Amino acid sequence: MLYFIEQFLNGVQLGMLLFLLAAGLTLVFGIMDLVNLAHGSLYMIGAYFAATFAAWTESFVLGAVLAVIAALVVGMALEVVAIRRLYGRDHLDHVLGTFGLLLFFNELVRLVWGPAGLTLSLPSPMLSAVQVLPGLYYPVYRLVIIAVTLAVALFLYVLIMRTRLGMLIRAGASNREMVGALGVNIKLLYTLIFALGAALAGFAGLMQAPILTVQIGMGENILIAAFVVVTIGGIGSIRGAFVAALLVGLADTVGRTFVPDLLHRFLSNAAASGLGRGLSSMMIYLLMALVLIVRPEGLFPATRK
Amino acid sequence: MADAPLLEVTGIETSYGLSRVLFGVSLKIETGEMVSLLGRNGMGKTTTVRSIMGLTPAAAGSIHFAGKEIRLLPAYRVAKLGIGLVPEGRQVFPNLTAHENLVATAANHRGANAGRDRIWTIDTVHALFPRLAERAGSMANVLSGGEQQMLAIGRALMTNPRLLILDEATEGLAPLIRDEIWHCLHRLRAAGQSILVIDKNVEALTRIADRHYVVERGRVVWTGSSAELANAPDIQHRYLGI
Amino acid sequence: MNDALQTWRVGLVDPRAVINAAVLFVLALVPVYAAAVGDPFTITLFNRIIILAMAALSLNLIMGFGGMVSFGHAAYLGIGGYAVGILAKEGVGSGLVQWPVAVAASALFALVVGALSLRTRGVYFIMITLAFAQMIYYVAIGLDRYGGDDGLTIYRRSSFDALLDLNNKTLFYYLCLALLLASIYLVWRILNSRFGLVIQGARSNDRRMRAIGFPTFRYKLVCFVIAGAMCGLAGALLANHTNFISPAMMHWTRSGDLIVMAVLGGMNAMFGPLIGAMAFLLLNEWLSRLTDYPDLILGPLLLLVAIYVHGGIDALIGGGRRG
Repeated sequence: MLYFIEQFLNGVQLGMLLFLLAAGLTLVFGIMDLVNLAHGSLYMIGAYFAATFAAWTESFVLGAVLAVIAALVVGMALEVVAIRRLYGRDHLDHVLGTFGLLLFFNELVRLVWGPAGLTLSLPSPMLSAVQVLPGLYYPVYRLVIIAVTLAVALFLYVLIMRTRLGMLIRAGASNREMVGALGVNIKLLYTLIFALGAALAGFAGLMQAPILTVQIGMGENILIAAFVVVTIGGIGSIRGAFVAALLVGLADTVGRTFVPDLLHRFLSNAAASGLGRGLSSMMIYLLMALVLIVRPEGLFPATRK
Repeated sequence: MADAPLLEVTGIETSYGLSRVLFGVSLKIETGEMVSLLGRNGMGKTTTVRSIMGLTPAAAGSIHFAGKEIRLLPAYRVAKLGIGLVPEGRQVFPNLTAHENLVATAANHRGANAGRDRIWTIDTVHALFPRLAERAGSMANVLSGGEQQMLAIGRALMTNPRLLILDEATEGLAPLIRDEIWHCLHRLRAAGQSILVIDKNVEALTRIADRHYVVERGRVVWTGSSAELANAPDIQHRYLGI
Repeated sequence: MNDALQTWRVGLVDPRAVINAAVLFVLALVPVYAAAVGDPFTITLFNRIIILAMAALSLNLIMGFGGMVSFGHAAYLGIGGYAVGILAKEGVGSGLVQWPVAVAASALFALVVGALSLRTRGVYFIMITLAFAQMIYYVAIGLDRYGGDDGLTIYRRSSFDALLDLNNKTLFYYLCLALLLASIYLVWRILNSRFGLVIQGARSNDRRMRAIGFPTFRYKLVCFVIAGAMCGLAGALLANHTNFISPAMMHWTRSGDLIVMAVLGGMNAMFGPLIGAMAFLLLNEWLSRLTDYPDLILGPLLLLVAIYVHGGIDALIGGGRRG
């Protein structure tokens, strides 16, 4: 039972990271109708910046803050220089163009930081575990991830639902032409949205860095999961991304933990581990297929004009 | 000395892709006037409005608004100079509440000089359309057709435009609601709002508007005052199908 | 995707035939050149181009002409390759068994994926095809017996007894070239047939085609299966070429490479995928020799092509615009 709760928390924590990544993706896809394969690159850059800045300042928190700012700036620059020229084009042109950016960023990181990858270590208070339930110790840092991401989610909620900028973002998702016709500088709005997405992605990257990795190409694997989240949640919906991210995080963790166990009961050891690994990774795709069958537009499709 | 017209469109030519829609349309609106664009469907009325707004830019000709050449400006700049659009089909933002629809794009486009006060605020718009006050918290996509139309008008008014453009603002509405809209336009006109209106209801327009332009196949084929239009049944018949 | 009016190049009879002929001429002479200058690597490089061109061609059949953007096409490379690899490991070395299995397995997978995915459109179709490819990718990683994540070396290429010795570099090269040309011819025939016209018609207006009475779903599925089978064969060739198979063959970025090749070359042209594959891989090769960081140039180049060139290289050399 305790094991189950621990895995449940892991699933939530993974879901929170996925949410950060998917939120930016769904905003950009929903409002600017842009497929951005380089979103994972921003995630990677956030992690690399954080590792570097944390080493310079000898402070994890300071490094994290600087990294988010850096990711924001990179996002803005990227939008102005490259991304905005792809608006309105065929999705395949987006794929071609952002794929080029993906290659470019991987190579750039290799040039600046070398091929080996970096580490980002946590300050000592976060290295321990706390007792969340009698008999269950859970790493402090993972709890921090959950808490901080929930705070970010709350911030996003307030931003989108309660501010004028949020109203414009939502209006832009359903009818960007009309928003422009009413006097709003859509170009600037787009830059801001893209930069926000970049900051979120970079933040996700740096948050997972102490647990997982800081290496070239780290964005590629999680990007697919993020796209799955966006698809399940409904393109353009932050709320959908939140719910879907939790579902996907839980499905993936549950899959990885329990599917191999299940298989071990029925198959030989060797077959079970191999197949188990394979099948458990499939969980999120099965989930997506299931959702799309029942709700072809995702869980919370943004009402489009 | 005559003031320059608020809006002066001269010989604009506009195409959608490869097909030309406007073949040299000219019109002008003086400050305080209410002018109408008449014509059957597909003759180029909406395209003219879109060209003025910069949504479908005109390839040739000139468009002067408040002394500035605006033909090549992006839509948001045109709007900021003081044009408020109530588009065909209303196009309210379905995923915002009625209240949010009004305030999201609210502004003061009356003109930077003399720091003119806003005439249109949430309160004055609610005074004009009490229904919108009642439905303030509802999502725009559940409002009735008439309420959505009032919302679209209110939304444009909230930008405090110098020129209000309405494209088929009474289309598809019940007669009672239509009358309400006409009544509202009458009040706006009386208050001095410059208005360009596209509509099919010639009778209502001759009562309220000052001048009219009849558009046929991308050209202006007739222009005149309300009195002149009322006395020209052959024009009405030939170009407006009445 | 593009629903507007389009002009499709469905034949080899167009002004760019000169360029196409030149490309074929160059390809035919590669082994001769390699022998002359004593650089066998040239054959290896162009062999890879040919195989991937075949994969990109199969993708373009459904993507460029059928409007079905599949982000999971590399899966068939993997299935075809693994068919060869697994059979080789289990002692079945004959190409006469391996290759048909590769094609059949790919066709079967395409049938399943297509049947489930073709009910969706647009970005959802892309996501579902991607998901299936990822599933196969993870299954491959889980196959410990066949190398798992590390992959599997194939010690002996497919055997065709006395007929063909695939270990002969030049022979293998010409075999691949012949198969590529056969594939191009096959695609050409398909597109010019009634079947092909229905597919292209369904791309621009599916509803109308159905209204006329064509069961477009069935047609699209057949097209999808053919594309999968063709790519499976390319996978078998690839496994032979590299004497190695690994899950990396099916990573989604490989599917991305194929899409890039097809779009880069020009999706409306029969030779588009070949030209795209050549451009992409040769550029990659050339840049790798020029600098230690080739993608710093290749990446932005792809971006520039995406932004400024509507219709890929094909458009640059005089092809029709992509609507």
